[in-house]
Amino acid sequence: MTLLQTLISGLLLGGIYSLISMGLNLILGVVRIINFAHGELLMIAMYISFLFYSTMGLDPYVSAILVIACLFLLGIITQRFLIQPILDTPASTKIFATLGLSIALQNLALMTLSADHFSVRTSYQSDVINIGELAISIPRLIAFIVAISVAVLLYLFLKKTMTGKAIRAVAMQRQAAYLMGVNVKKIYLLAFGIGSALVGLAGAMLMPIYSVYPTLGTTFVLIAFVVVVLGGMGSMFGAFFGGLIIGLVEALSGVLLDTGLKEAVYFAIFILVLLFRPSGIFSLGKGAEEVGLK
Amino acid sequence: MLKLDNINLFYGEIQALWNLSMEIKEGQIAALLGANAAGKSSTINAISGLEKISGGKITFLGKEIHKMDPHEIVEEGIIQVPEGRKLFNYMSIQENLELGAYSKRAKKDFKKNLRMVFDLFPILEERKNQFAGEMSGGQQQMCAIARGLMSSPKLLIIDELSLGLAPILVQKLLKALVDIKNSGITILLVEQNVKQSLAISDEACVLENGRLALSGKADELLNNPHLKKAYLGM
Repeated sequence: MTLLQTLISGLLLGGIYSLISMGLNLILGVVRIINFAHGELLMIAMYISFLFYSTMGLDPYVSAILVIACLFLLGIITQRFLIQPILDTPASTKIFATLGLSIALQNLALMTLSADHFSVRTSYQSDVINIGELAISIPRLIAFIVAISVAVLLYLFLKKTMTGKAIRAVAMQRQAAYLMGVNVKKIYLLAFGIGSALVGLAGAMLMPIYSVYPTLGTTFVLIAFVVVVLGGMGSMFGAFFGGLIIGLVEALSGVLLDTGLKEAVYFAIFILVLLFRPSGIFSLGKGAEEVGLK
Repeated sequence: MLKLDNINLFYGEIQALWNLSMEIKEGQIAALLGANAAGKSSTINAISGLEKISGGKITFLGKEIHKMDPHEIVEEGIIQVPEGRKLFNYMSIQENLELGAYSKRAKKDFKKNLRMVFDLFPILEERKNQFAGEMSGGQQQMCAIARGLMSSPKLLIIDELSLGLAPILVQKLLKALVDIKNSGITILLVEQNVKQSLAISDEACVLENGRLALSGKADELLNNPHLKKAYLGM
């Protein structure tokens, strides 16, 4: 029963990782940028969620739509004013730009909001559903259901709508997309906006579970990188299932080995995947070419 | 229809096009010929807006287009079928064709154009749900041309049509180009295969080291001693 409980907890945790990683992977697959500030976007989303809670008494699930809108806008601003001017520069410039943004946002949060932890109090945050001896946390279950729903909706958006097809086209073959009349710069803005909105949603879902503090993003962005590499860079399918796998690995290693070793385990997986299947477990072996396809 | 007027193009310090001037007349097939690195791709990339020229101007139907972005140039009616096809490999044929009709001007004629390209290349209709990347080289080239036609182009630029294809397939595709021309679409054919492209072209320009070396009627160029010696080994 303990093992089953661990598996369920791991899956639920993995749902949260999936939600964060899908946004990171969309930006990576389309804009071809490794957004080191993705964790800080999560941190900002959680602070915004907390702000709505503390000033207006809005439940994080209720204010989620506002948090999503704020992060979408923040993503568009980041793409337009930080990434777009350096798009044609070497990869190292882009890495330093997003790394710099990450450090700047962290320190801005430390300066203005202090290093204190902030959390919300809701009537349901400790509630569980009991099935026999199994206990399923309601906020984590909600986050998991949201992650699945987002994965399905994102898949349908990328697969069925013309804008989604244009996003995939840019990810697969940027030059041909230009030549077919796709406004590639607009697609970059949209992809960065959607990727950031997804992390905004993740922040809103995390708020009833975790407290927020300026360096919170660092932990989650490292896990998101492991998920992205494991699932396949650019693959939405890979990000979703990669998140679930890392959630399971984390939960199992905590029980079977030692809680302190969980990070060592998934970083060992990270290195092994990079060594033996650098394109990721779920990818078609072509890097970002299969965004949203599988 | 399309006029290049003294255009220069640089890649960093390297000059790829030198005061290049040429004109393409409406309703014709024009061939742009030259050896590797002669400047053919640079020329069409400048026309499509992928590369920005640093001198001169490009006009299309009387409108200057050299400062426009690629998607704006597509809206004007110029479409390029790039070298190596550059299909969206993990999308179906149908999706590739839909993306060909991405521009605003193409949307209203989507159904008509889809029927037209399926009639021109029936294999594409049979395999419309197959990934483009899973097709043979010849079928991929058909798909690339069809994708270009989906945009209702006024000028269709085709870069290296024959690259990597069997001669029989090249013949089939060249015949299709004549049909496309007869439907009223002007074609700029960029090729290394001089003899075959001149055979279906009305006019041609030959580039050497980024400069215009020869131009004129295709049948006259076919008998030009310089061209014969340099490109046909005769």
